[in-house]
Amino acid sequence: MNNEQDYKRDIAEIRSMMDRSSRFLSLSGWAGILAGIYALVGAYMAYAFFRFNPSEIAASAPGTDSSGLVNVFILAVSILVLAIGTAVFLSYRRAIKRKEKLWNATSRRLLVNMAMPLVSGGILILVFISKGLIGLLAPMTLIFYGLALYSAATFTYKEVRFLGAILVGLGLVGSFYIEYGLLCWALGFGLMHLVYGIYIHLKHER
Amino acid sequence: MRAFINGFHKAFESRIRLGIMSVLAVNDSLDFNSLKEYLDVTDGNLASHLKALEKEEFIGLEKSFVGRKPNTKYYITKVGKLAFDNHLTALEKLIQSQK
Repeated sequence: MNNEQDYKRDIAEIRSMMDRSSRFLSLSGWAGILAGIYALVGAYMAYAFFRFNPSEIAASAPGTDSSGLVNVFILAVSILVLAIGTAVFLSYRRAIKRKEKLWNATSRRLLVNMAMPLVSGGILILVFISKGLIGLLAPMTLIFYGLALYSAATFTYKEVRFLGAILVGLGLVGSFYIEYGLLCWALGFGLMHLVYGIYIHLKHER
Repeated sequence: MRAFINGFHKAFESRIRLGIMSVLAVNDSLDFNSLKEYLDVTDGNLASHLKALEKEEFIGLEKSFVGRKPNTKYYITKVGKLAFDNHLTALEKLIQSQK
């Protein structure tokens, strides 16, 4: 006959199994913190060195010139690569610590669910660049990344859903008030990542 | 005490079987290797527990090929979900009654 301790352990085991197999929990808070810092530095560089601060939707507007745009594009791609690289590396280390594999059923599902909004958003942004709709670039990255997080939250920490909603909101504000687009971007990708990274680190990693 | 025994199922006495059911309850379907990774058991051990659950018709399987490699995916059946839920309820009740 089992005793109470056994039953309690059964229930604890069931709960952890359900969590471990349905959510990707090796995501590191530090990845968010560092991504936020990269984004803040990047936004400052775009603004201060490349004079990227479009005030109108179209490229002919003041605050944009095409040579600066190439630099901003390179800068943006570098930030993206750096942030993803950091996230993968830190999650890999955490997965090892948790005795899990980085590439398993849950991380696969997380990525598959993020891929649709991210890829379609990325293509739309390239289309916008080709049509010269420069003012919409920063808000669009916010909106599509926010949507990706919002839908991916089912497969990782629940709090990510709220972060996604905030980013979409900032993106919508930035698309209406184009002159604040870069500021919204810095707030969303920089500050919100930073805040959420700290929150997840404090709540789940200690 | 006796009434609470009703919800329990003998098949779930093993912790590994309980683990299999927990994992399959929250996933549409999973292949053998993913299950093995979550439960941290050997091939033979997992296979025999899967067979036992399959016999009870608590789980079903779907065979396919990835390239030339056979790939079996396991999923929880309606009967299995019901038995698992009952088992959980029984566990909860038992713990509450002992408080």
